[in-house]
Amino acid sequence: MTEFDQLYREVILDHYKNPRGHGVMEHADAQAEGQNPFCGDEVSIYVSFGDDGDRIEDVKFSGRGCAISQAATSMLTEMVKGRSVVEIAELPKEELLEEIGIPLTPIRLKCAILGLGVLKVALHKAKGTPLPEEWAGLDELQLT
Amino acid sequence: MAVTAKPKLDARSIRADFPIFEQQFHGKPLSFLDSAASAQKPRQVLDAMRAFYETSYANVHRGVYQLAERATEAYEGARQTICSFVNADSTREIIFTRQATEALNLVAYSWGLNNLGPGDVVVVTELEHHSNFVPWQYIAGRTGAELRLIRIDDAGELELDNLDELAAGGNIKVVAANYVSNSIGTVNPVERLSAWAHEHGAIMVVDAAQAAPHRPVDVQALDCDFLALSSHKLCGPTGVGALWGRRELLEKMEPFNLGGHMIRKVTLERTTWGELPYKFEAGTGPIAEAVGFAAAIDYIGRVGLEAIEEHEQTLVTNALERMIEIDGIVTYGPPPERRAGIISFNLDGIHPHDVAQILDLDGVAIRAGHHCCQPLMSRFNVAATNRASFYLYTVPEEIDRLVEGLHKVKRMLG
Ligand SMILES: Cc1ncc(COP(=O)(O)O)c(C=O)c1O
Repeated sequence: MTEFDQLYREVILDHYKNPRGHGVMEHADAQAEGQNPFCGDEVSIYVSFGDDGDRIEDVKFSGRGCAISQAATSMLTEMVKGRSVVEIAELPKEELLEEIGIPLTPIRLKCAILGLGVLKVALHKAKGTPLPEEWAGLDELQLT
Repeated sequence: MAVTAKPKLDARSIRADFPIFEQQFHGKPLSFLDSAASAQKPRQVLDAMRAFYETSYANVHRGVYQLAERATEAYEGARQTICSFVNADSTREIIFTRQATEALNLVAYSWGLNNLGPGDVVVVTELEHHSNFVPWQYIAGRTGAELRLIRIDDAGELELDNLDELAAGGNIKVVAANYVSNSIGTVNPVERLSAWAHEHGAIMVVDAAQAAPHRPVDVQALDCDFLALSSHKLCGPTGVGALWGRRELLEKMEPFNLGGHMIRKVTLERTTWGELPYKFEAGTGPIAEAVGFAAAIDYIGRVGLEAIEEHEQTLVTNALERMIEIDGIVTYGPPPERRAGIISFNLDGIHPHDVAQILDLDGVAIRAGHHCCQPLMSRFNVAATNRASFYLYTVPEEIDRLVEGLHKVKRMLG
């Protein structure tokens, strides 16, 4: 396998070209946006909760980003749907990275976990769950 | 005596001076198209620093022993080299800093805090690197002065037609501009801005970090008041830069950093400042780095800045010609005759990170990002661009590889 195929493996390209959950949610229960200060990329995340308020019913995202960040956020939306807020607020980034399944340099790692960080910020704002552990690495990321 | 034309630069033999090119990346020779971020270092610079450490190193000044004297001589010799390099009147006007950023902060703090206030205006351009934008924005905010922008047109050149409107209703105190834009390569008409600044009684601050590596910089001809340099962009080491400032201004300014070395006399009650340039050089300076900086200036001086400029012009003209043939490419910046060896571009619908990453797999190093120019990025309504930049060691094959790489990116992700 060439280095290109490793990095831009088919599933990444598929999520990049046909992102799941891409769009804006009109009446979101939780919402946040964040930037990657290294490249200026921005992502907004919108969440709706189920009737009990404890589960993530739907997630959408908008913004601009590279193939890795778009694909990672797209995968993230599929991964978290139906799961509990508390669980996702503490979702280890490794779970997402495993799903992405490609070797990432430190700078591309920030691309890959931007969406997850912003999702956790949205949950924090709506539900007071802890701020993401990834914050350490993305500390310049703005809390907006 | 026959007059011989100055030989053009031989990039291939220059390249042999740079050990970095002896390696491979991803199994390919390195095509390094990111000199605008920082230039590679020739053996001559590395050797000069090593020789200095091995034979002449000690802390400078105040040492009575011979070795300290030798180190001081080398350090002050470097100051002389920089002084001549920018055609300054005196070494007293050359202050060693950590880089251009620190030089610009020095002016913003030491001059700005004491000379700016409500009703005053600081003018910067939309092209600025954050290092000549953020300090002014911040100091203007702290002093109550107003920050105004010289806008650019769609080609990335300063709009100078309505400069006087910019001056309306305010007291212009500072005009700050880069000589060459690191992001899109625009060469700015600094002489004209200096003249305008002086008409209004303002000082002219020039960020020459990106100009000095590529074209002659002469503070007399530019008629500016302050000028900032970084060594690492012109083949010297990191950790050292310089500020040139007009002596009359520097003498009236308060110090920037405080501590050892910058004092005349310290008593319990008060401290008086040392003479220029030491007033602005608190603490142990970047001694070996300064020696390396001077060696780099000597190195590019031997190649010749005119020859370097011409070489880059040829490369940029060819590269632009071939790049605009790529479907869906957008390039930013002025025509080749008014730009340095820098090309910023985007491929339609493909994020710069992905472009840079795929090129890297072929050993081609370009930069992707906002290039510390977020105001400029928002002017072009993008978050980031790709940037390829050229220097004295850039050979035409590197441009072939860039163009081929871009076609490949299109195939893969387009
Ligand atoms: C135009 C310009 N100004 C200032 C700087 C800052 O240089 P340094 O980081 O060496 O202070 C740069 C470097 O990217 C630059 O290109």
